[in-house]
Amino acid sequence: MIKSLKSLGHELTESQKQLQLLQLTNLMPFEDKLKETNLFPLTTIPMEIFQINVGKMCNQVCKHCHVDAGPDRKEIMSRETMQDCINAIQKTNVYTVDLTGGAPEMNPDFRWFVEELSKLGKKIIVRCNLTIIQANKKYHDLPDFFKKHKIEVISSLPYFSASKTDAQRGEGVFEKSIRALKLLNEVGYGKEGSGLILNLVYNPAGAFLPASQMALEKEFKLKLKSGFDIEFNSLFAITNLPISRFLDYLVSSKNYESYMEKLVAAYNPIAATNVMCRNTISVSWDGFLYDCDFNQMLNLKVATHNSQHVKDFNFDSLSQRNIIVNQHCYGCTAGSGSSCGGSVV
Amino acid sequence: MNTYYNPDDLKKFGKISEFEPNLAKKFFDYYGEVFKEGALTEREKSLIALAVAHTIQCPYCIDAYTQDTMEKGCDEAQLMEAVHVAASIRGGATLVHGVQMMNKYKELSM
Repeated sequence: MIKSLKSLGHELTESQKQLQLLQLTNLMPFEDKLKETNLFPLTTIPMEIFQINVGKMCNQVCKHCHVDAGPDRKEIMSRETMQDCINAIQKTNVYTVDLTGGAPEMNPDFRWFVEELSKLGKKIIVRCNLTIIQANKKYHDLPDFFKKHKIEVISSLPYFSASKTDAQRGEGVFEKSIRALKLLNEVGYGKEGSGLILNLVYNPAGAFLPASQMALEKEFKLKLKSGFDIEFNSLFAITNLPISRFLDYLVSSKNYESYMEKLVAAYNPIAATNVMCRNTISVSWDGFLYDCDFNQMLNLKVATHNSQHVKDFNFDSLSQRNIIVNQHCYGCTAGSGSSCGGSVV
Repeated sequence: MNTYYNPDDLKKFGKISEFEPNLAKKFFDYYGEVFKEGALTEREKSLIALAVAHTIQCPYCIDAYTQDTMEKGCDEAQLMEAVHVAASIRGGATLVHGVQMMNKYKELSM
């Protein structure tokens, strides 16, 4: 099994080392690229998504994980910080609460948190890695729990075959993911008319950009239905960002420079206009605030110095902040763009 | 080590316009149009390009269209099947000339 960079004592565990590496290339600084296209500074638009990373603990150790999540990671959100998040959400008019990790379900307060969030009447998204559903008996009822709270489930499935999926997410993950998708389908997820949304995420299993989201969705639907009798709603194509384990993969496979060149060459100002950080606030397991989950992993906190922790959540300041950018941002602006909800163009 | 082919030269393809801009522009405009979605999908066109790249044995094209087909969502089995299509046409083209050989053989034989 692959280990987390942290457990290996890898230097890229330190966000500062990652940022140094991102600056090493001769590529145009992202900030200058924004200036060239009259988009600097990148500013916020009305906040719609409150994304919460409830911890780095995960039952999988995916090769491309920007969180460096894994079973050895013990950093998880406390119930107190979850309560702070609820208090903060009540100060906003956000429509969506997006729970991510790690495997968010492994946080012992996950169900309590979802129940409390449910009472707020927000749309709740859980980024479920699928295999967690069968990882332990205590998770077997997750499909019913998700259904009870009308949670939108978003799950990664890099391909409709075992070889590519397992290469990225670990041996046997494809088979377990297929079984989990069937369980979600059985309670109604992904079925027309059920109102239960099951969306899949495609990440390239290597140093290349994703295909057209529409074309991929068509093919995934066809192959998953004909091969496994599985249904889902939408497919999101997401670009891998050069952070943490994917950055390590790029460097060790000698693809780093060419991948970065590819991202820069594919810069699309329309995608840059639509990046998700503009309508999102991201909270880390320990309550700090970031423009997105990627900035979170690089420890680039929001620019609002009076409101960098969820305890000090100041909706007005945060709504007027400028987005912190760096070289990794090219990943979200390449081609059709990339966000936690897939392409943005 | 110096070789006739340098992988970095692929990135300089556009620079052929330095010596003759008008024809280069016409070529690249045409190239861009050809690969747009039409009666064939972009993915199908990319797989055809990969097969042709193997037929003409162009290392630049093989690198470019291996990456492009991957970016169009193809997997290793699909890429290799495309190469086999190229191989079978090349092999078939050799073998079908066997008929010409047979015709000539028969013509010259008693």
